[in-house]
Amino acid sequence: MRIKLIQFTGKSLYCAAADVHIDPWIPVDRAIITHAHGDHAKWGSKHYLAHKDSEAILRLRLGQDIDLQTVEYGEIFIINGVRFSLHPAGHILGSAQVRVEHKGEVWVASGDYKLENDNFSAPFESVKCNVFITESTFGLPIYKWQPQAEIFSEINSWHHKNQEEGKASVLMGYSLGKIQRILKNISITDTLVLAHGAVYMVNEQLRQAGYDLPPVTLITKDTDKKHFKGALILAPPSAHGSPWMRKFGPVSLGYCSGWMMVRGAKNRRAVDQGFVLSDHADWNDLNIAVKSSGAEKVFVTHGFTSAFSRWLNENKIESAEVETMYGNDEVQEDAVPVLNEETGG
Amino acid sequence: MKQFAELFLNLDRTNKTNDKIALMKEYFMNAKPEDKIWALALFTGRRPSFKINSTQMQLWANEVATIPGWLFRESYNSVGDLGETISLILPPASQKKSDKSLTEWFGYLNRLPAMNEIEKREHILAAWDQLSRQEIFVFNKLLMGSFRIGVSQTLVVRAVAEAAGLESSAVAHRLMGKWLPSDTTYENLIFNESENDNASRPYPFYLAYAIETDISEFNAMENWMVEWKWDGIRSQVIHRNNELFIWTRGEELATDKFPELHALKNCLPDGTVLDGEIVSFRDEKPLPFNILQTRIGRKTLTKKILEEAPVAFIAYDMLEENGVDIRALSQYLRREKLERLYQSAQREEIFRLSEVLKFNSWEELKELHNSSRENAAEGFMIKNKEGTYQVGRKKGDWWKWKVNPLSIDAVLVYAQKGHGRRSELFTDYTFAVWDDDEKLIPFAKAYSGLTDKEIAEVDRFIKSHTVEKFGPVRTVTPQLVFEIGFEGINVSSRHKSGIAVRFPRILRWRKDKAVKEADTLVNLKSILDTYK
Repeated sequence: MRIKLIQFTGKSLYCAAADVHIDPWIPVDRAIITHAHGDHAKWGSKHYLAHKDSEAILRLRLGQDIDLQTVEYGEIFIINGVRFSLHPAGHILGSAQVRVEHKGEVWVASGDYKLENDNFSAPFESVKCNVFITESTFGLPIYKWQPQAEIFSEINSWHHKNQEEGKASVLMGYSLGKIQRILKNISITDTLVLAHGAVYMVNEQLRQAGYDLPPVTLITKDTDKKHFKGALILAPPSAHGSPWMRKFGPVSLGYCSGWMMVRGAKNRRAVDQGFVLSDHADWNDLNIAVKSSGAEKVFVTHGFTSAFSRWLNENKIESAEVETMYGNDEVQEDAVPVLNEETGG
Repeated sequence: MKQFAELFLNLDRTNKTNDKIALMKEYFMNAKPEDKIWALALFTGRRPSFKINSTQMQLWANEVATIPGWLFRESYNSVGDLGETISLILPPASQKKSDKSLTEWFGYLNRLPAMNEIEKREHILAAWDQLSRQEIFVFNKLLMGSFRIGVSQTLVVRAVAEAAGLESSAVAHRLMGKWLPSDTTYENLIFNESENDNASRPYPFYLAYAIETDISEFNAMENWMVEWKWDGIRSQVIHRNNELFIWTRGEELATDKFPELHALKNCLPDGTVLDGEIVSFRDEKPLPFNILQTRIGRKTLTKKILEEAPVAFIAYDMLEENGVDIRALSQYLRREKLERLYQSAQREEIFRLSEVLKFNSWEELKELHNSSRENAAEGFMIKNKEGTYQVGRKKGDWWKWKVNPLSIDAVLVYAQKGHGRRSELFTDYTFAVWDDDEKLIPFAKAYSGLTDKEIAEVDRFIKSHTVEKFGPVRTVTPQLVFEIGFEGINVSSRHKSGIAVRFPRILRWRKDKAVKEADTLVNLKSILDTYK
């Protein structure tokens, strides 16, 4: 049997022909990084390649001095005779699908993706291929998102209600991706926007790199308590239950995540309001992405791998599930450290 | 319906008792009058049956959503609630949103029993097609399975009492009995004074604290009265106005549940209230609690059940004599009155007296304490002879001294996801002990007893050490050892181990123990031989 263009080593997606690893979990010589989330961008490799919009955060997290080459979407680069290009995955700023072409065969490793345009990251682009590697974080038919405009309007009404009741609105979401999406889409003209350190750091890094984001005010020990009343406070999920949360006086606690779809998940997190807002494709969009890729073979990684893979096979799309280390339903959200906080959701 | 669906979801979201009461109170003050009685019926376990089963509903939902059965089951395993899973897989409603009230929806559902299968299907599908996702979820709850929402009868009673400005005990009594939401109104049920409201009213129970020190640090022995702590159902027996009432500690009027005790009416003078414990007895011996358990919660008591689990009332206090409240008298005076009443009654098979134990030293009492289980008791009750009968849990005069639970070190072998709040974590565990062939034999399931942090840690272990999956159940590498506590142990033909334990729970995670050091089936059987 011919060696697969991309192999699943358990530690990375490995292209032997080019000797390149995609999103490796171990230090390697050459790594292509689909996006800057902690479960995909790991420390220690000699040489990195990623989309230019990932640079600011990759340097923040992996070190200013990493050897990083950046490319534009659609730009072709050849490594050991293998043709590579990155294409928008729509997951977060700079997120990319990796197209790999060799001897007439095309594979696409899509990393994490969503189809809906979030008005900040470049919208998902469907790439034709022979083999498509898809995530399945929300690969069950219970996960179906509402259009984001509805969710943002829910968030706005929730915040207004809190303002009327003299409460602070603490809104939790992953600091890279979700928070920028929220800032770009909700109404913040008549509110003070305060932020947890993790959120502030990412926001400032991106602003300094020239991205069009509104400023947020960092909450410090010296922040006057009277500012909290009626304010919008942005925080990462890891702040939930921490002493940091306890200083705001009366609050309503909101949480933006696809997991908020299920009542038990929402109740377990003990939040006042769950907003079903995810940076991953829902059930319908996973199906659309797979179909429009035109792939004759689909590998299903992190998430509800066995269910989604079986579903595809029953629907005449040859599919197999693949074990990877990327944030799936099994490990999502354990991670408290800032660097690792945004798997899943 | 929207209002009720909101109430349901809000109740579900909080685990704070006061919030739940406030939510229900608001509903009972503001909902449409005709809706209140239906809500009350749902909260008190009076949901009518519509002759629809959950398998049918599931099938219809799959047809509408065009997904196969296995994918529904995968989804269900992730959600942990059937009605909710259906609400999530259905496509969004295509019809204009319905503004039918809860009462109107019950009217709609009442047409179901007369329909054939095809009509039923159409009827349900038409309903789904005009409700929001949350409403579909609550609608499904009206139709099938248990209507569980984490609201006890006591909370409903308190909420209605606050909304109506009435006393809880009056409301509790008015909610008892055989009323149907279709035959009465909320006003009628709650506000129409009944003659027996006062007659049936129990006193608040006096509850004991667990002893905090060694028993020998109690003051002079002669100040205290010691009895066995019976393992039954704490109850008040009331005879007033020629009627008998039996109340359990949960403010539940349980007179109907103990027909053999109705004869107490003939041996207690009118105007008597006794405090005690209902316990199963056979041949002069109290039976383990699990025998009594077989009849709790049954709607109808068959002759067979009454024969297998006969009960008696063990009295240990007297609160009212000749219609006079005597709770302010000292314990020993109330005891004297109780003993006189007991001697004149002469109905040993249903009316017993809780024995006052004799001992010559605290040390002697400690010895006796070790034999609690052989006497079908949970330990001792220690009561100050000069104490009055107080209200609620108060320190000082009544103390309980319980025996330690039985315990065994067992190995985690299977795990399953929890339900509701814990639907995405593995929180239902099965534990095993070693048999003679060095194989692990499962003997108990346990859910609680770990901290949230430990639950998360065990959850991670399970997810990374799954050996096999059978539907929702995962077999895990036998590696974690837990100390499992339980209250009782019995022979069981239904379990592979041949043993059934009562109230199994995790006492602690034995991180210090290797899997080989866990206990054996022989250890378990020796506990059985000692205590069965």
